Amino acid sequence: MTLLAARGLAVARGGRLLAEGVTLELARGGAALVTGANGAGKSSLLRVLAGLLAPAAGTVERFGRVAWMGEAAALDPERALADALRFWAAQDDVPAADTRVAAALAAVALEDIADVPVRLLSTGQRRRAALARVAAASAPLWLLDEPASGLDAAAVARLELLIEGHRGGGGAVVVATHQPLALPDATEVAL
Amino acid sequence: MTALIWRDVRRYYAGGGATLLVGFFLLVATLFPFAIGPDATLLARVGGGVIWAAALLAALLPVERLVAPDLDAGVIDQLVVRGRTPAMIALAKVAAHWLAFAPPLLLATLVAAALLDLSAEQLLLVLAGLALGTPGLAALAVATAALTAGVRGAGAVAGLVMLPLAVPLLIFGAGALAGEGGGLQLLAATSLVLLVGAPVAAGAAIRAALE
Repeated sequence: MTLLAARGLAVARGGRLLAEGVTLELARGGAALVTGANGAGKSSLLRVLAGLLAPAAGTVERFGRVAWMGEAAALDPERALADALRFWAAQDDVPAADTRVAAALAAVALEDIADVPVRLLSTGQRRRAALARVAAASAPLWLLDEPASGLDAAAVARLELLIEGHRGGGGAVVVATHQPLALPDATEVAL
Repeated sequence: MTALIWRDVRRYYAGGGATLLVGFFLLVATLFPFAIGPDATLLARVGGGVIWAAALLAALLPVERLVAPDLDAGVIDQLVVRGRTPAMIALAKVAAHWLAFAPPLLLATLVAAALLDLSAEQLLLVLAGLALGTPGLAALAVATAALTAGVRGAGAVAGLVMLPLAVPLLIFGAGALAGEGGGLQLLAATSLVLLVGAPVAAGAAIRAALE
């Protein structure tokens, strides 16, 4: 079953054409790796796939809910980590927000600092927290923009494990990154 | 939607926004007696208008914090990905902004009325006018915040955008005080027009800011 279908996409930013002719189809268990130099349009392509940016040409279809991990963490700095995540889990329109957040925190090994305010987290911890929000959304399609930036080796391994588990459970993922990341059988989209 | 409104209201009060607003509003209201002298009859006559002008400036105060921080933090992105339309987000922000600034403002009006020696019936008219006008002011503030999000020096630009558009509210609000018939009805109508129009405009501005 297809989760994402993009046909003949062209991505433009500020009137400048960054990429064109991008065609991508992801079924359950699928993965795509978007690579390219800085400024090649990786983030813009992901924003188009997420529906945050209108494509300059072509069409995008998403089947089912989407979990988005952008550059910003989108977690209220003054709230405890678990509360900030629960806010988003409650917005997801799926039941059992508390359970999903607890499981996601354990998956990124942040359960020990669940009651620490977000503003006190380090860059890497904030990145893992954003990843926990994605995991807690229990959405079939994950769109991750530079998920490994700021992560140490152990956290990158956990990220790979998390993605593997998601794909094993019938989900699909699109990752934009300039860092090496093990994504077995991923379709590569080079910009 | 409710969770989103509640989040904004909680952040506003937790961030000390209400204290700031009340302090600013009362300061503006006390400037006028200093400027025009302590003549009690004169103060009582202009007092209602002074409160309206102060309320307008106070509503403008948090404009920079209404939309831009959420755009920068990726909060709007997350909401849009979850299927909330920008206009719905703007409407939630209008409701949250009204809940955050109208109750403290109405309470502060009681203090300002005592400072300006307003009669009880004038005070009632001011309170009724503000209760009807503040939803429109909140809608206008959110639309202004969305339009100026990402603009350098947004605070000053926001004043230039919002204050002229708030003039009808001021005219009808102050007009109701002067005992002109239908002032409150016109005020309510203006407020309603702003409540319908502003979220649409704010939604379009938010959509443009996402690009």
